Amino acid sequence: MLNHLYLIPAIPFAGFFVLALTGRRLSNASIAFVGVGSVGMCALLSASTAIEFMTNPPAGRVFTQTLWTWMEVGSFAPTISFSLDALSLVMILVVTIVGFFILLYSSEFMQDEDGYSRFFAFMNLFVGSMLTLVLADNLLLLYVGWEGVGLCSYLLIGFWYRDAANGQAARKAFIVTRIGDTSMALGLLLLFTHLGTLNIHDLMQSAQNQWASGSPTAVLAAALLLGGALGKSAQLPLQVWLPDAMAGPTPVSALIHAATMVTAGVYLIARTHVIFTLAPAVQSAVAVIGAATLVIAGLSALAQKDIKRVLAYSTISQIGYMFLALGVGAWSAAIFHLMTHAFFKALLFLGAGVVILAQSHEHDMFKMGGLWKRLPITFWTFLVGAASLSALPLVTAGFYSKDLILWHAWSSPAGSKSLWAAGLLGAFITSIYAFRMVFITFLGEGKREVSHKPGLRMAVPLLILGLLSIIGGFVELPGPPGTLPQFSTLLRNVLPEASVEHPGAGTELILQAVASLASIAGIFIAYLLFVRRPLYAEFLSKIPGGSTLWSFWFSGWGFDQLYDMLFVRPFVWLTQINRDDFIDAGYAAIARLNRAAYSLLSKTQTGNIRWYAMGIAVGAVVLLAIVVF
Amino acid sequence: MIASVPMEHCLIFAAVLFALGLAGVIVRRNIVFMLMGVEVMLNAVGVAFVVAGARWGQVDGQVMFIFILTMAAAEVSVGLALVLQLYHRFRTLDADAASRMRG
Repeated sequence: MLNHLYLIPAIPFAGFFVLALTGRRLSNASIAFVGVGSVGMCALLSASTAIEFMTNPPAGRVFTQTLWTWMEVGSFAPTISFSLDALSLVMILVVTIVGFFILLYSSEFMQDEDGYSRFFAFMNLFVGSMLTLVLADNLLLLYVGWEGVGLCSYLLIGFWYRDAANGQAARKAFIVTRIGDTSMALGLLLLFTHLGTLNIHDLMQSAQNQWASGSPTAVLAAALLLGGALGKSAQLPLQVWLPDAMAGPTPVSALIHAATMVTAGVYLIARTHVIFTLAPAVQSAVAVIGAATLVIAGLSALAQKDIKRVLAYSTISQIGYMFLALGVGAWSAAIFHLMTHAFFKALLFLGAGVVILAQSHEHDMFKMGGLWKRLPITFWTFLVGAASLSALPLVTAGFYSKDLILWHAWSSPAGSKSLWAAGLLGAFITSIYAFRMVFITFLGEGKREVSHKPGLRMAVPLLILGLLSIIGGFVELPGPPGTLPQFSTLLRNVLPEASVEHPGAGTELILQAVASLASIAGIFIAYLLFVRRPLYAEFLSKIPGGSTLWSFWFSGWGFDQLYDMLFVRPFVWLTQINRDDFIDAGYAAIARLNRAAYSLLSKTQTGNIRWYAMGIAVGAVVLLAIVVF
Repeated sequence: MIASVPMEHCLIFAAVLFALGLAGVIVRRNIVFMLMGVEVMLNAVGVAFVVAGARWGQVDGQVMFIFILTMAAAEVSVGLALVLQLYHRFRTLDADAASRMRG
């Protein structure tokens, strides 16, 4: 069964080619059949691969399938080969299963849109690239997948390309992530020149053997890889593209900009964790960046009016948690949160999509309200998603993963009390903005008619993702012997266990209680401010500091304006100065010289035959003079 | 060899004749006179060949002169035809009138 591994990325690519070549001639039903069916087949294949991998693990718990040698230049011979271990197994399960449900949902969501086949073609290309990324056994192939998902993100943000603002958002996303990608490409070159291979397994081994901990090369390599991860995962200071990426269709936001692609940075760091372990300075930078991002983005989410922008900032904030976990060495906790986040954030986005469709494409939460009665399934599943996002204790998946991260932020040798406090503050803010969103959107009085009710293809994904958002956390609970292994045990072969410096079940329980309290307190405050006493919220926004702070958070801490001033305007100014390209001026001068010489010479062509005779005579005299004298 | 006119005199004569012909071609605007200038130049060259043949006692000079005569006859026939065409088109014999091919 594992021999069919190559089919997992190949099927979506095939789906892409079918849709791209014949999509115009197919009916919507057959487009949906191909587009959703290909990813569904992938999901089934991944599930059976997972069963095979668990029941009959391959030697060394890594299965590598080499298809062919990509190219051979001297000692550089990257192969097209896929490698399956516990980490990539988790990733392919998340990508294909969440991807399948999101595509099923979009087959109804996108029904009345132009470019139905284009949408499914791009989505298939995305899933194929993402699977290549997570299954690649060398960093070069991983980079191909990495760029592929970036391309699809660009294409799908600008899906409604007739609106110029969407194209702007697409370009912004592409350019900002390109900054990170460049850094990552430099990192790959550095790794290759120093270690002579790009195969991930060999690379990790030789890095371990050749580099001392904290050696400058290791620090540089880790920093360059981190740059790539920051761009893709929208972390400080490259987070500005993600809120604007919400210009794309909602299922795209759910799949690419919440569940899978943006977590590629987390995957990259987990995959190359050896290098980060060798560079403690960079690793603690990862933790600090994560902690800062989660607080900053959380506060921004608190001030948004657009339901999708709340979710976008929330995504940035939750990936901040994953970075925090990576930074303190809790690798498997980061992957665990990646998985649960994929479930509940996809659910929230799909729920938001239903709401937006029901309110005839209205994004502003304050123009909605009272939807809980008219969209019951959406309301209850959305509530589950929000509860999971705010880590409601014991019953939700988000609780288990976030709690694990907070515990490691406290207890790991790289962790500290301030990192833990930032995480706790983030958890508190998270539950405020999550329930602010729920209360404003679904409670209160109805302001608009519901124009579209979700059909079966939209309701089923919501229910299943809602279920996963609850039970997804139980995989970390120690089960009775003989059942499935604990999630972190499964990953232990790939990712080392996080070390715990201050053990003690008592501390862990107290921290859990504190985190639970923070989450519940946040929900209570949201209830107080937005349901019980809306006047309080109004009062807060009226006091002088409040409104300034509010608009500051609303604009995402002014990063857009800052970058506009620092980079965009100087660049535009420079291009304005250099409008007539100064290198081009040299070539233009040659052209002008030729033109001048031509007009000069053409003056001698008078058409007057006596003039020509004169010319010949003078020429002959001059030549004779030269010969004689 | 019979005492004769010195060769230098003959060559200077040919050169003067050539210059006169050239001046005729350049100065006159009437195309018939220009053709006559060309004839004068050709004959100046013919004189030079004959003088040179006499100087070295070779018959080649006279052979070349016969060639030049033949060529001049051909040239005149073509030239006069062109003159007729020119007159037909422009109703004038002024060579400067046919200057449409200027750059």
